[in-house]
Amino acid sequence: MMENYRKRELINTLMKGLVFFFTTLSLVPLLFILFYLIKQGIGAINWEFLTHLPKPVGESGGGVFNAIVGTIILIILSTLMAVPLGIGAGIYLAEVKTGKLVYLLRLGTDILQGTPSIVLGVIAYLWVVKPMKSFSALAGSVALAIMMLPVIICSTEETLKLIPYSLKEAALALGAPYYRTILKVILPAGFSGILTGILLGIARIAGETAPLLFTAFGSPYLNLNPLKPINALPLVVFNYASSPYPDWWRQAWGASFVLTVMVLVFNLAAKIGARKWEIKF
Amino acid sequence: MTFNRDKLFERSLTFTAWLVVILVAAMCLSLMVYSLPVFRAIGWGFLFHRVWDPLEGKFGAMPFLVGTLLTSFLALLFSLPFSLAIAIFLGEYFNSGKIALFFQNTTSLLAGIPSVIYGFWGLFVLVPLVRKLEIKLGVLPYGVGIFTASLILSIMIIPYAASVGREVISLVPSELKEAAYALGATRWEVIRHVIFPYARSGIFAGILLSLGRAIGETMAVTMVIGNNNQFPSSLFAPANTMASVIANEFTEATSDVYLSALIGIALLLFLVTTVINIIGRYIIKKLSV
Repeated sequence: MMENYRKRELINTLMKGLVFFFTTLSLVPLLFILFYLIKQGIGAINWEFLTHLPKPVGESGGGVFNAIVGTIILIILSTLMAVPLGIGAGIYLAEVKTGKLVYLLRLGTDILQGTPSIVLGVIAYLWVVKPMKSFSALAGSVALAIMMLPVIICSTEETLKLIPYSLKEAALALGAPYYRTILKVILPAGFSGILTGILLGIARIAGETAPLLFTAFGSPYLNLNPLKPINALPLVVFNYASSPYPDWWRQAWGASFVLTVMVLVFNLAAKIGARKWEIKF
Repeated sequence: MTFNRDKLFERSLTFTAWLVVILVAAMCLSLMVYSLPVFRAIGWGFLFHRVWDPLEGKFGAMPFLVGTLLTSFLALLFSLPFSLAIAIFLGEYFNSGKIALFFQNTTSLLAGIPSVIYGFWGLFVLVPLVRKLEIKLGVLPYGVGIFTASLILSIMIIPYAASVGREVISLVPSELKEAAYALGATRWEVIRHVIFPYARSGIFAGILLSLGRAIGETMAVTMVIGNNNQFPSSLFAPANTMASVIANEFTEATSDVYLSALIGIALLLFLVTTVINIIGRYIIKKLSV
């Protein structure tokens, strides 16, 4: 009896040890990656790196200014495309709740959420690059916008569901028409949650490379025209990392660092926003 | 007047909803239409042929199917002990407090690092390590290959499986756990005989979702798998996955059939990940209601 008890105790301690061991061990790669990123990244970053254009092959120095601008343009364009569509569909899900279209929309959102990013790149190539016969920032942002869409739809729906029904009833009782109730009462009440969703969506797309490979394509020049190929930080990391030049590797680490900080800032802003403006009634 | 505006508002909402649905349908349709030429030229053999040689006009997707299956299942295998441990750790041992917060933040940080950076790190840190291991094992020391890609993938999918696992474990009603404790069960026995059976389907769903992620992951794999179109001969051999072959060859596709073969692979990738995802999400939805 006593022996049996000891054995059970022993197994309990052993399994606890195993769980703790594996959990701690899982931190090792993360620390390893972060260590490398910070060590190599910070060394590569200086004023020239952030504000200059790339130099031709063979010349050292130069920077990734065009890629930083490109990434910002891509983010702005795709946000402009995804936000109206995402919020509209989110309101529809929250307001209508049942029916065939709601079912289809939920299914569609789930599918988009799981679609590999490279497939979205192929889609944007077929829809934008092929008819326009040119790689372009527009094509890249179409791919990124599709990727953002499910995040915005889900967060809009979740947020609007949290807003109490009494608020809506109050507005309707005052004689406000339905559309004003939604636009002037419900949406402002859920503003912070929707904003959080948009920030999360941006964090999801900011570091994406695969959808840009054959849409935005990359470019060594500074480009502000959305109909021309454009460079982006993730593309710089990929192209420089697979090059044979140590100076480009150094710059790729720098670009990685800038990119990670960018994604992190968006994630953090979303998190802080969600906590600070938590919807409470 | 008001009536009309209300009508307009409702119509535009419905319109947006349809737009999203149509978008998804159009995605699927485009992939199908543009992959028709390869199915017309080669037939269903496209999926089963083992030779991919664009110069000779031979397009068989089998090497990439096998490459994808091998890398993603190996990654799942490597990551499973870790993601399960984290899920139990955060769901049961430390479900609140500073330690939980620390682990949650680090895992979300891990999930936030762009995949191209994982690939870059893998190329410069992991590949030399694997090469050393291969020399010790006496296999050809490529460094890049299926094994390396699986390692990188497993690091990348740990956070997803762990966060789903944690959620379903914390869904287990405390009455059940308390009843077991009252009967004298140890903590491990509670985990093994109460929590696991209760959360089994949810954990399975988490594994499915991370499998979907591993199958669709492109950049990190492309950078360390070695990009070899031959049928993989061993776990250490350089290979290609469905996603990585698209990333590598799409801009080089010169003929219509070549391009359509790559789009056909994209279609296959889309269908496989969609099915896996829908099953996973369905299980989770059923659990959390």
